[in-house]
Amino acid sequence: MLLEVKNLSTEFKLKRGTVRAVDDISFTIDKGEILAIVGESGSGKSVTSLSIMGLLQKPGRIAGGEILFNSQDLNKMSQKELQQIRGNKISMIFQEPMTSLNPVWRIKDQIMESLMTHMKVSKQEALARTIEMLNTVGIPSPAERANDYPHQMSGGMRQRVMTAMALSCGPDLLIADEPTTALDVTIQAQILELLYRMREKFGMAVLLITHDLGVVSEAADRVIVMYCGKIVEEADVKSLFASPMHPYTVGLLQSIPQIDDDSDKRLYMIKGMVPNPLRMPHGCPFSDRCDRCLERCTQEMPELQEIDGHKVRCFLYDEVKEGASAK
Amino acid sequence: MNEVLMEIQNLSKHFILDTSLFGKPISVLKAVDKVSFRIDKGEAFGLVGESGCGKTTLGKILVNLHSPTHGKLFFEGKELTALDDKQRRSYCKDIQMIFQDPYASLNPRMTVGDIIAEPMIINQLLPANKVEERVIYLLNCVGLAQHQRNRYPHEFSGGQRQRVGIARALAVEPKLIVCDEAVSALDVSIQAQVLNLLVDLKEEFGLTYLFIAHGLNVVKHISDRVGVMYLGKMVEITSKRELYGNPLHPYTQALLSAIPIINPEKKKERIILKGDVPSPINPPAGCRFCSRCFKELDQCKLQEPVLKEVSPNHWVACHLFE
Repeated sequence: MLLEVKNLSTEFKLKRGTVRAVDDISFTIDKGEILAIVGESGSGKSVTSLSIMGLLQKPGRIAGGEILFNSQDLNKMSQKELQQIRGNKISMIFQEPMTSLNPVWRIKDQIMESLMTHMKVSKQEALARTIEMLNTVGIPSPAERANDYPHQMSGGMRQRVMTAMALSCGPDLLIADEPTTALDVTIQAQILELLYRMREKFGMAVLLITHDLGVVSEAADRVIVMYCGKIVEEADVKSLFASPMHPYTVGLLQSIPQIDDDSDKRLYMIKGMVPNPLRMPHGCPFSDRCDRCLERCTQEMPELQEIDGHKVRCFLYDEVKEGASAK
Repeated sequence: MNEVLMEIQNLSKHFILDTSLFGKPISVLKAVDKVSFRIDKGEAFGLVGESGCGKTTLGKILVNLHSPTHGKLFFEGKELTALDDKQRRSYCKDIQMIFQDPYASLNPRMTVGDIIAEPMIINQLLPANKVEERVIYLLNCVGLAQHQRNRYPHEFSGGQRQRVGIARALAVEPKLIVCDEAVSALDVSIQAQVLNLLVDLKEEFGLTYLFIAHGLNVVKHISDRVGVMYLGKMVEITSKRELYGNPLHPYTQALLSAIPIINPEKKKERIILKGDVPSPINPPAGCRFCSRCFKELDQCKLQEPVLKEVSPNHWVACHLFE
């Protein structure tokens, strides 16, 4: 087990009240595994990744829980200790390659900086490794392009540079926050293939954060579905797509227009919208949008329960489970 | 034959980026280059392509936010490009646009009711005392409550703002609506709501759509015919069924194969294109796609292919089909 997140909660203290963006979530990532977290805007998926990286901005703070990386609690480390790990053992790719690269530095200097900080190598070695990494991520004529500034590159190229930078120190865990959202589909296919190849080559684990179920189905081994800061479903990728259990996951899957579906029927709609985080409904956060809402759902919060290795947070499956145990 | 609502003939839009001392253009960006197609009455014509292919520029020419460099535009048989500014403006109410970013396309200082009323007042469609009634009617049409007309855009979520944008476009009873990435900025569950709304409104008001998007699954859901653009050129036009079932242009094939499918059991053969979209300032000679094409012939670098009808209603611009 590479990373273990235990009961993590992250809060934002605002004037109008406290928002719990991440509410008591637990999950693990094994070596070499690709775990995807999916959810819509405001579900807390990005806040989860920022909490792991220790990059939360005020007024955000971790309200409780542990983040164990190789059995060390990242949350208890000082900034100095964290810097030893961040960019070295855990690295991150962000959604916007333009805003996350420094516009006034040549890309080689940006990649060499992290190499020289973490790997204690000489400038020549760092440069050689930079060019090698740029070559690995598929940048044509890497020795020349290393001298470019970010604005001289296209979006896909910048995302490759980000990937090269994130992988330069050979991390054990790569956190990719919406790595392909800003890119066109043909470039998205290139970047996903690159992530896959890098995983094979370096054996790192990937925490993939995305809103795109298509990307999840292509890339992930295991999936966590988040809604309003809670994990509502967790399963391996095949069983999630073959037999989704939570009404939210079912609704999401049905509301995407399918490319291999020829019928002209209306799209399924999840009614309403994500609740205001300051005025959450009582009980299950999805209850006000759910088609199969029971009376109980508006009163108490369902627990995350496991049924044949498939975790789901929904009262609908209580009866299934009780029925099975009664037999 | 269907009735043609809008016909686009050899339309080009060139942006001059730099001129020499004497005003001669040195650097020209050909955003849209000699594009021709027609939009039939009552259909939804989908326009797909990657960023920088000129699809938004094309949409903006239709609603008169850009004037074309060359080419002709016909709307219901009338040549729009031959009209002077004042006459052209009288057609603006027939062709409306819904924009991509629901945050940037609504004036933050106006209430939603005023935003929807403004085009009716400018076009003097209704006597002043009837405007409010129609605003309420339009809000109901797009699924908003009438009391929300006194609120400001920041009080609405992204999906609701997009509904306001739709109501504003509907206010002047247009015949054609250009939807420029109207659902791309929305979350999946909201996207489905807005797509269904657009389909319903099309039925109810007998609208015609030019639906511009990069998400091929969304375009497939809503369109009757689809055009694929690459670097300012139209490379393939055909019916939806034909395009998704039997794509002919290598670019269309690659684009379709690049879409992730929602079924982890089904791994499909993927065509990974090499490289990036070249700059439209200096596009490759010959076929513009040849630098990334996986079926490139010798003549592709030399000669630019023209859009030809290779089978009934299936037009493609590629040397493979000559």
